[in-house]
This record gives sequence, structure tokens and C-alpha cells, in this order.
Amino acid sequence: MAILEFEKPLYEIEEKIKELKKISESSGMDVSDQVELFEKQALEYKNELYSNLTPAQRLQIARHSERPTFLDYVKLMTTDFIELHGDREGTDDRAIIGGVAKMGDQNVMIIGTQKGKSTKENLIYNFGMPQPQGYRKALRLFYHANKFNMPIVTLIDTPGAYPGIKAEETAQGTAIAVNLREMAKLGVPIIAVITGEGCSGGALGLAVADKVLMLEHSYYTVISPEGCASILWRDASKAGVAAEALKITSEDLLGLEIIDGIVKEPLGGAHNDYEMIGKNLQEAILKSINELKGTAPDKLKEERYNKFRRMGVFCQ
Amino acid sequence: MTVKDWFKQRKEMQIARRTQETPVDDSIGKLWVKCYSCDAQLLRKDVEENLEVCPKCGYHFRINARTRIHQLFDEGSFQELFGNITTADPLEFTDTEAYKKRIVQAKAKTNMNEAVVSGVGKIEGHEVAAAVMDFEFMGGSMGSVVGEKVTLAMEEALKRKIPMIAITASGGARMQESILSLMQMAKTSCAVAKLNEAGLLYITVLTEPTFGGVTASFATLGDIIIAEQDARIGFAGRRVIEQTIRQNLPADFQTANYLMKFGQIDMISSRADLKSTIAKLISLHTK
Ligand SMILES: [Zn+2]
Repeated sequence: MAILEFEKPLYEIEEKIKELKKISESSGMDVSDQVELFEKQALEYKNELYSNLTPAQRLQIARHSERPTFLDYVKLMTTDFIELHGDREGTDDRAIIGGVAKMGDQNVMIIGTQKGKSTKENLIYNFGMPQPQGYRKALRLFYHANKFNMPIVTLIDTPGAYPGIKAEETAQGTAIAVNLREMAKLGVPIIAVITGEGCSGGALGLAVADKVLMLEHSYYTVISPEGCASILWRDASKAGVAAEALKITSEDLLGLEIIDGIVKEPLGGAHNDYEMIGKNLQEAILKSINELKGTAPDKLKEERYNKFRRMGVFCQ
Repeated sequence: MTVKDWFKQRKEMQIARRTQETPVDDSIGKLWVKCYSCDAQLLRKDVEENLEVCPKCGYHFRINARTRIHQLFDEGSFQELFGNITTADPLEFTDTEAYKKRIVQAKAKTNMNEAVVSGVGKIEGHEVAAAVMDFEFMGGSMGSVVGEKVTLAMEEALKRKIPMIAITASGGARMQESILSLMQMAKTSCAVAKLNEAGLLYITVLTEPTFGGVTASFATLGDIIIAEQDARIGFAGRRVIEQTIRQNLPADFQTANYLMKFGQIDMISSRADLKSTIAKLISLHTK
């Protein structure tokens, strides 16, 4: 498993414990008291470490190369997933994947941005950066869900919508804008979850939802801390400071009433225990769906409108 | 490529570079100004009388919200609304300068409260609700106040059952308000959904420059989208794209003509024609 810089001391303690165990095995010496003490200390250190992470450190967890991806969550949380491809206009963007599935007893439309875990995969999924055609495919699937009265679940993990020539030629801004507007018109429950990176309009384009959840170590922001640092501080190395100032953590956003809930991650981050994060997330999603399921479409839309209508802080 | 084409391309590149490096038209207030496009020395007064368009080459200079309102609305008809809504600093944001201080500076520089003016007014007799953005105020960036005032203008259109006009000029989101500024994209777009459902005409006029979060929300959601001549419009900024793809961009990249070529807008209008075009469109949509 890839070890992050700030996790190194913990890794070293764990290595020491392993070594100690090995020595005791080979020499027959009983060091169990010592091992126990070390393990206790390691756990304390671990708890301490992960409950006091800086936003910049959590950013590394959110971007961890082994963090579960959309397709992992589909596998962990649903059965009978059938992918529905294509925007019907010439493209099947691989950075956004969607399809129908069963989550518990519930039929859902599940759509998300897909990242890769290797360079090869990332080339296929374009590092989770959708083209306009990805947003248009998502829109087609939103309409489909609306037609068949299926709750929509979106899972978001993207560094942003792709900035490129073709993306501009085919109207990246418009594609996102249309999704924002059309999501407001849907009469089915929408649950959006920021699972990793929730960067800018590229994330929001799937997140005009009745309930917006965040995984504990995910982040949600108007601009990446690096981008913000290079524009406002004119120094990309100030990303840590920018991450702090931008208030991007799940706790910050719950406090600002931008999101509706936080899904607890396994100690050290989602990549440490796929089963556990899958279970926690599925529970949270199903709970939200059940809360919303009985609501009439017009009421759902009105409440969704009011939810976003309230956002913003100003003087009057 | 002919020599003529080459000169044309070089000119376009020059304009792209200069307007990029000069975020605000610094010519305002001086007696003489130099045209970005044709280098002509122009009398400030002549430019003003020509709707801030170069009398020599027709290049459209950026204009602020007040000038726009003056040019577009029937004399004395525009009534500003929601001007009492002002900027807060909910995140107590400080980069190299405190956000509070930046706001004070922007107010002093522009004599504006924020980067948008909302209100109602008449265009050749047609009553409309409007939101007019101002690039001079912190690059026309959209924070909570811009989002709120744009939404309120749309809700005013709903209340009065009149068309809505949005005139955009923005570098994108107001980073100092972080997630709150991102949410303004959702808020304004949801308000457009309401206009749609009420069957009200919504016209957007994209002016130099319109980018980022404004492009990816209410700007490109018009039933009819007009780009003003010489405007540059896009989602990602030129520099971001260049850094990402590491190749040179076409000379006409993200210009109004470029957007027209790729079917993203309904039309390009000169500033001189804008008022009558909007008026005509409104009457063509009125029974
Ligand atoms: Zn000129």
C-alpha cells in the first residue's frame, strides 16, 4: 500500500512491531508484553494522527491512488449493475459512467466520475476529468431515471471538468450549466456523494441534489487548492495554506450547511477497508433515499430549489 | 495561408495577448486612448460617443455596468433593485490581502457595491428584468452577492411575468468565497429552471470576457444567447488549457466567432445593434 509522507512514523512503528514478532518467533523469546505495549502505542498514535490531519494531509487521502473508485463502489454497494453507455451524439465519455442497479431492494440510477488506479487506467478514464459529452450522457441518464421513477445516486471524485480544446469547442460550460438547470427539474430523489475530489463546476454538474453527502476525507471546493494558490498567492507551493483558507473539508462544509451529512471512513481513509466504506456509504445513501421516497415530485423540486436558494452569505 | 490571413491572425493574437494582460480597460478617464486592436490614437470623447467602440477599426472595448445600462435601456427607465445587498466575508478569507480589504478597494475603484447591478427597465418600450455584470469589480467574479442578485432579478421577472436579460462579464467564481461561490452556479441555474417552467423569455448577452463559473451556469442557459462582438467566452481560461495540453491554441480560440462556428451561440451582435436586436427578439416572442 502506498504510504503518505505524514504516515511514515506510523509505518515505522508498525514495521518495528513486525520485526519484534519475527525475532520472538525465531528465538523463542517471549516479548508479548512489549509487543502489546507497542501495539497500544501505535493505535493511540494512529488515532491521534488521523484525527488531527491538516486539510492538506486530508487532500492526500482524498487523492490516494488506492482510494475506491466509482466502479469499486458500484461493486461494493449494488447488485445487477448494468452500464448504460453513450451520449447518443457520438461519444461515450469514460470519465463519467452510469447505469441501473439494485441497492438493497431499491432500483437506482447510479452515475459517477471514474478515476483510474494506474497510468493505464487513468488514460482510459482521463483522470476522472469529464468532457462535455460525459455531462450530456449523465443528463440522458437523469431523464431516464426521471421517466422510470428511479432515485438517482451520483458519486463524485473529480479534479474538475477537462480543460481542453475539444472540450471548449463542444461547450464544456454549457454542458455543466444545462445539468445544473435540468437537475432542478427532476421529480425523483437525487443523492450526491463527494467520494474523493469534488472540484469546481465539474463536480457540481452532478451534484444539484436533494441530499449532498461527503465521505469524511473527501473535499469539495470551487477551485483546487493548487489552482487557487497559483492565482491568489501567485505561488502554487502555497496550496496547503489555500486548502486551509478555502474551507474544503467535510466538517467545514457541514458547518456551512452546504452538505447534509458526512460518511465516516475507516481509520486512515477509505482505501484501508473497502468493505467497511462500502457498507457505511450504502447505509447512508439508502437512509437518504428512504427519507425522500414518499415525497411528491413537485414538493421534491420545491424543496431542492429552496435548499440551493438559501446558499450564500451576504449583508442586507 | 495568404499574407492577408497571416496579418489577420497576428492581429488576433495581439489582441488576445493584450486584452489578457490588461484585465481592465485602463483608458477610462484619459483624454486620449490607444486602440488595442488598430493602435490608433483616439479622442476619449469620440470613443465614448461611439458606444466605446473604436471609430477606426470597430473594436469593442470593455464597458462597465453603468455604461451598459445607459446604452441599453430607454432613458430614465432603469430602476436598480436589491442594491442594498452587499458583500460579507463569511470565511474570513485572506490570501496576500484580506478579502475585506479587496472589497473596500474594489468599491473605491468602481464606485459600485458589487460586480452586478440588478433591476427592471425598458428596452424600446419592453419591460424587462435584468442583471448586468461589471468586470471592473473584482473581475466580475461571482460570489454570494452576484448569485443572489442575479437570482433576485430572475424572481422579479417571474413575479412581473416579464422577460429576463442577463449581461455577463466575469472571470469566473469569487475564490475568496470558496464553496459559497460555487453554489451560486447552482442557485442561479435553478432560478433559470423556474423561468423555463413559467415560459418566460430569458436572453443572455455574453460580453468580454465571460468565463468559468458564470459560463458554466446562467450565462449559457439563455433561450437565446447573444455574444457581443469581440467578446471572449469560455469555460477554462486560456492559460489553464495551455498548461494542461501543452500545445498552442488557435488564434481565434474562445472568441465570439469561434463560439459561433461551433454552434454555441445564436448570434453575434455589435454594440450598436444590441438594443434593437433584443427589442426585436422580445416582440417576436410576444403574442
Ligand atoms: Zn481600433
